Amino acid sequence: MMIGDTRSWWIIVGTLVGAFVLTLLPLPVWAAPYHPHWVLLVLLYWAMALPHRVGVGIAWLAGLFLDVIEESLLGQNALGVSLAVYIVTKLHQRLRVFPRWQQAFLILGVTFLHQTIGLCVRMSVGQRPIGSGYWLPVLTTAALWPWIFVVLRDLRRRFLVH
Amino acid sequence: MPIKPLFIQGPSATIRLLLLGVLSLVLMTLDYRTQHLAGLRAGLLTLVYPVQFVVDLPVALARWTSEMVSSHQSLLEENAGLKVQQVLLRAQLQRFVALEAENMRLRALLDSPFRIGERVLIAELLAVDLDPFSRKIVLDKGSLHGVFAGQPLLDADGVIGQILHVAPMTSTAVLITDPSHALPVQVERNGQRAIAVGSATGNSLDLPYILNNADVREGDLLVTSGMGGRFPPGYPAGRITSVTRDPSQPFAQVSAEPSAHPERSHQVLLLWPKNDQSASPSSLPTPTASTKSSASDRTTPAPLVTPLVTHP
Repeated sequence: MMIGDTRSWWIIVGTLVGAFVLTLLPLPVWAAPYHPHWVLLVLLYWAMALPHRVGVGIAWLAGLFLDVIEESLLGQNALGVSLAVYIVTKLHQRLRVFPRWQQAFLILGVTFLHQTIGLCVRMSVGQRPIGSGYWLPVLTTAALWPWIFVVLRDLRRRFLVH
Repeated sequence: MPIKPLFIQGPSATIRLLLLGVLSLVLMTLDYRTQHLAGLRAGLLTLVYPVQFVVDLPVALARWTSEMVSSHQSLLEENAGLKVQQVLLRAQLQRFVALEAENMRLRALLDSPFRIGERVLIAELLAVDLDPFSRKIVLDKGSLHGVFAGQPLLDADGVIGQILHVAPMTSTAVLITDPSHALPVQVERNGQRAIAVGSATGNSLDLPYILNNADVREGDLLVTSGMGGRFPPGYPAGRITSVTRDPSQPFAQVSAEPSAHPERSHQVLLLWPKNDQSASPSSLPTPTASTKSSASDRTTPAPLVTPLVTHP
């Protein structure tokens, strides 16, 4: 039990670190606006599959790290990410039996919420308005959900993360 | 396998979310209004340094490999070219040194507090991606190297930006083309002062608040005016690309192209202004340049820049 516990945590933390690496990875200029929210995707998967392990608290911490690496206000991403994870943990029982494209729609919704919170914070501190390209990551994040889901599910089954 | 309870999330998740939400708002307010969170940010930045290092590794490795496998012949050619360039630059520098000495003597006669000559350190950019909607970069030098927040940053062609946050091993800098950055500049031709704000669209600078009848032309060089107290005066900032005068508007629309090329260079210069002695670190060796306060007794003028660390 203890050993399985430690291994589960290693896998979860490892996938999160992988998501941070992907977030920091420089993309070509044309692809930069499409940058998906890797960390949010991984957090949402674990919140749906293992809500007793990855909850609001871990999401908030991960969001704080995102704030540091993205140089946004401390707490901006933390707020959005923890709210998104909260919604998914509340709905995880229903979400699990949805077909994957319907799950993707819910992911679209919570990512949109996260992005909206980010926009509200930016506007309230007086940053200049950003073009419509600001909403592109919402689409790419939702579009990536089915693939992330398959990858992380296989990882979870392979290593018996519970 | 133990049975997992079905409703563990109960009300506690909601309460936790509310608490963390309030905490986020408090953190954001503190971060926006005060400087108290600089330590927390530096600590968290230190924790993410390994991840940044790993992301930068392939790029650094590729650069290293290309250096390793480049042929003897091409290295010799590059070396010869650099030597020629070095001689040319030294010859130019001789003239500047004489001019600087003369300038300093004249300023001393006028009792001007103006000083030139600064200490610099070369930093490399880490190849990591930040928020695509702001223009910021990560450098591989931090507070251990004496970097401080607000420190000016140059590249070979001009001003690039200033340091925003400092961690022990890394620091983040905001570029002058970031929409939230404003740089006090003056037109080199006639001394007309202006403020260069980063443009929201593309890699350019906007100069708002220039009157319609001001003497500003296309192609004018903008240099830092030193008015804000952050940037030393006289460094090139950009070149004016377009001036649109609309009589119905109070100000002309002026945009400029920055002199520095942050997207091309992977090395930048950190600058310690000389009259800012309190900020310079004591752990680093003092440069050979004389830091004496009186410029008139300086018989042999100091070199313009004294590189402390030079990367191959």
